[in-house]
This record gives sequence, structure tokens and C-alpha cells, in this order.
Amino acid sequence: MNIGPYTQSAEAKASFDSRWQRVMDCVALKQPSRMPVVLHPTFWLAKYGGISCKELMYDYDQTKAIAERAILEFEPDIHSPMVLGTALGNALEATGFKQVNWPGHGVGDNQPYQYLDREYMKPEEYDDFLFDPTGFYLQKYLPRVMGAFEGIEELPYLPGLHYFRLVNGIRPFAKPAVRQALERIIKAAEEVERFAGHHLDFTQKMTSLGFPVGYGTTSVSPYDFIADYFRGATNMMKDLYRHKDKLLAMLDKAKVFLLRQTIDAARATGNPVVFIPIHWAPDAFMSPKQFETFWWPTFREMLMGLIEADLIPMPLWESDCTKRLEIIKDVPAGKCIYWFERTDMVKAFEVLGDVVALRGNLSPSMMTTGKPEEVDAAVKHLVDKVWNKGGNLILDAAFGMPDETPVENVRAMFDAARKYAG
Amino acid sequence: MSEREQQLVDWLADMNEDDALALAKKMLLEEGVNPLRVLELCRTAMDVVGKRFEEGEYFLPELVLAGEMLETIGAIAKPLIKQGPGEAAKRLGKVLIGTVHGDLHDIGKNIVSFMLDINDFEVKDIGIDVPVNKFIEEINAYQPDVVGLSGFLTLAFDSMKETIAAFESAGMRDKFKIMIGGGQIDETVRAYTGADAFGVNAVEAVNLCRNWMGVAA
Repeated sequence: MNIGPYTQSAEAKASFDSRWQRVMDCVALKQPSRMPVVLHPTFWLAKYGGISCKELMYDYDQTKAIAERAILEFEPDIHSPMVLGTALGNALEATGFKQVNWPGHGVGDNQPYQYLDREYMKPEEYDDFLFDPTGFYLQKYLPRVMGAFEGIEELPYLPGLHYFRLVNGIRPFAKPAVRQALERIIKAAEEVERFAGHHLDFTQKMTSLGFPVGYGTTSVSPYDFIADYFRGATNMMKDLYRHKDKLLAMLDKAKVFLLRQTIDAARATGNPVVFIPIHWAPDAFMSPKQFETFWWPTFREMLMGLIEADLIPMPLWESDCTKRLEIIKDVPAGKCIYWFERTDMVKAFEVLGDVVALRGNLSPSMMTTGKPEEVDAAVKHLVDKVWNKGGNLILDAAFGMPDETPVENVRAMFDAARKYAG
Repeated sequence: MSEREQQLVDWLADMNEDDALALAKKMLLEEGVNPLRVLELCRTAMDVVGKRFEEGEYFLPELVLAGEMLETIGAIAKPLIKQGPGEAAKRLGKVLIGTVHGDLHDIGKNIVSFMLDINDFEVKDIGIDVPVNKFIEEINAYQPDVVGLSGFLTLAFDSMKETIAAFESAGMRDKFKIMIGGGQIDETVRAYTGADAFGVNAVEAVNLCRNWMGVAA
């Protein structure tokens, strides 16, 4: 069978199908014959391959070769889209992306990229966004967050142009600043195309070798979308008091276009799993009442929309969400994967075991500073307390493989999973 | 405390920002109320905020908003203060805090600084991505009782370990206590880095400092 330019043997197809089926069984709350294990690294690949974080971000071919070697060594049931998660350097550079620092752009060559929490939308701009999100993107947001778009704000306000006013109205496309922006955007898009091509090539090759990628696209909760990428996390907290009504209106609006966009993106990949990292849900961040007012309702609607579209939402509930478990339990059974970071997995299993598949959550401090026998014991603990009690657990570290994890600890994780759970 | 003074404290503590700021401005700019008295009322309100946070009624949004209200009133009040600095509130101890090198995160660090400040500690925040040498220079100049190392990423484990090892080499390790905190910090990391203690939230940071300074919790 041909997968892109690659040929998949019958044996590889059988391996692919059984690996994927294990994960799908977990989602359907039917425990498979053995516990699936995930390889989800980001800059750990640089450590594993003996190259710098910068090289991992810029050298597509080298990154693909290292990622392939890691997958062939550990034989995970599913893996993260490793090119998409790491080899972003050329694309970030071409777009002039401003929301992260990355090696050579604000952090050292051997450091991971880091998100910059800033105010990308001012409080007085809520109304503009609410009235016309697309206009806000063109006139304000895109030039603010991507250098390639600087100048595009000189385009006219498009709604309202009509008849001969339409003809005259396109004159600003000839402005030097707009022309330059358009040229930069096209060049950037070509680079992003190359980047996406390498991602697709890598995924097809892994498929041909029998290894399924664990998700096709990512998404974001409406609250986190506004907090992280528009208002900044601390400004958002103040908005709960200062701009409550506008914030609620923007959450309502965001849930609609985030859902549409996520469904389109997921369907284009052919992979039903949608990875949704969750930043601002943890117990310690906001009160239960605030959580049930601002955070959960619009996210739940998104989850339901994804489920209705036959997709499988996989939120990664960062930090400790123990006090949220009873609330986030309110989804149909057998439709989601809930990945937990610091929430006690045994407790999560008790509350959610008959509703969702679970994923996680070996501690990052243990994975990075512990010994292989400690990793072995931690896997055994999860097998004894969750898997052997009927839990549909997909084993992973707490938020994927920490960058600094010694290779022998990764081996210990995979070996222990096979030793204790098939 | 007069009824109006109590009103200011209540509005601040209840996150009624508009009314609280209007009243504070009126007292300071129109009525000539002693700015030190207004700041004292703010401090009383912040005690209530801190207590509600410890009791699980308030969370990060309230701490952030309270911090901003305090800053706004402080910016109006401080230029009006005629007395010398001798009247500064009594402080329980000095804490120097920063995010270790390689890590650019600061939300948690800022909240810990604020909670320490409203709990009567003098705090010097030396920012993010702080190189080991800068920590040592700042410590020599500031002479803190407690040093707080913050970090969100897993790379911070090694940065914290290096920073603390450098304190040892510089012969200053026993001159202050070291606490660490951040998203991934736990007892394993504390032992790995050689810190004296770790905390998972701002209340724990305050309690650690209080215990070290011999203050009853």
C-alpha cells in the first residue's frame, strides 16, 4: 500500500492498525490487551540526537532523521507530530513571529522556545474585536504578532465598500507598505508550506513503517485563547472584574470560530484526535465559581461540537486540576482522552474512569533527575492502581517527555510498560 | 477607624475597584488626608485579601487586581508624603527573588513577591533569566534573609542547582535560606538542587519565610 511516496508492507500495516486500535479501544473504554505508550518529545530530541535546540528547529532533514531513530528505537503506540512541534525555526523567522523567543531570537542555542506573555490586544479593543474579528486581525492583530504583516494595516476598512467605491477602494493595495507586506507574506507562506511538507513527509514515512501519529491538529480553549494570545494572562485575570461582560461576549464568539476552524483542520489531517493544551484551568488559578462562569461553559461547548463532528478531543489538563474533576466529568462517555499533568492519576481514575480515557503522567522531576529503577516503580504504581483496576490508561510523561530526560529513563518507561502491562 | 475609612478598606478588599480608587483619590487629593494613613488602610485591606486567599475564597485574579489597586493608590500617595523614610512600616525580613537563568517566566514569581510584600516582608525582585553572577552580586549588595529562586520550565532544575552550587562556592550559602518554586517544583527537585524548601503557591512561600524569621504563622 502506498502512503505518499512510501510503501507500507502488510506487516507494517498490521502493526499500525493494532497500535492505533489500542488507543481507540482506550477512548471507547474497552481496555486493550496491552497498555499503549506514547513518545511525545519536543527538545528532548536534540538531547537524544546530540544536536543543539537551534539545529533541531532549523534543520528539517536532521530533525526527521533523529525523530525516526527515536520512534524505531522505542516503538511507541503513538507519537507526537515531532517535526511540527520542533522544526519551526525557518517558519518563525519568515513570518517574523513575535509571541515566542526561540534559539537565536531571545534565548540561547541550547534552550527551548518560550512563549511571551504580553498584551496583544488592549482592553479598549474588545469592541473592535467583537464587532469584526477578521477586521481586527487584519488591521491590528496580525501586524502586532507577525512582522511579515507589518504594513497590511494600511489596507482600507473593507466592509462598507460598494459598487464603484469597491473599485476605488482597492487603491491601497498599491501602497509601498502594503506591497512589501504582501511580498513578505507570500515568501513566509512558501516557507510554511515547506515546513508543512516536511511534517507530512515524516508522518507518511512513520505510517509506512507502522507507527501512527497521536493527533492531527491542536486547538485551544476559548479562555486560554484570549488569555494567552490576546490580553495576556495577568490582564485577563483583571478583566474578570473590569470587563466581565465583554469578556463573556468574546468567549462566546471565540468558541464558534475556534470550533469551526478546529473541525476543518482536523478533517484535513484525517486524524480524529485533537490535542488541546489547557493552561488556565488548574485549581489554584481561579475560584470554582469563576471556573464555572468563565472557563468551563464555552470549552464544554467546544468539546461537544468536536464530539458531534466525530473527533476525539484530548485536553492536556496542566498543573493540578483535582478540584475540577467533578465538573469536567460532564461529557459523554467514551469520546475523549483526558491527559493530566499534576492531577493525581489514581484520583482522576476514580472520578473519570468510566467516562474518558486517561493519559499521563510520570512526574517531570522524576523523569529528569531520577534513576531508571524509580521510573520503573512509577510505571508499576500506575499499572497497579489504574491499569490493573480497569483504567483505560495511555502511558506518557506528565506533559510529554521533558527535554532533559536521560535516555535510560525513557528506556525504563517503555520497558516497564511492557513488563507490567503487556 | 472612621466609617469612611472602613468603607475604603471594604471596597478594596471586596474588589470594588472603581469606588475604592475614587474614594482614595478624593481623600488624598481633595481632602488632604495624611497619605501615610491612606497607605495604612490599603495595607489593612491587603491583609483581608491575603487572608481570603489563604482560606480559598480568593484566587490569582483577586491577588492581581489587589496588587494593581495598591500600586495605583501608592503612585498618588507617595509623592504627597512629607515625612522622611523613617516612618516606613516595620519589616519582618528581606527576600531577594528572581527567575533562574534560561527561564523567562514571571507570573508566579510576581504573585509571590506581592504576597510577601503585603505580609510585611521587604522584597527585591531581580527579574527573569537571571545569571548566577547577577544573583551573587545582588545578594552581596542586598544582604537578604531569604533567596527565592523561581522557574517554570524543567531546564530550571539544573539552573537552580548551578545557582545554589555557586552560592556554596562563593561562601555565602549559610547566610540566607533558599526557597524554590514554579510549575514543576516538588520535593524531588528540592533535593536535587539543594534548596532548603520549596512551595507550590504564594501562601507556602509566605509561610516558609515567616517560619525562618521566627514569626508565628
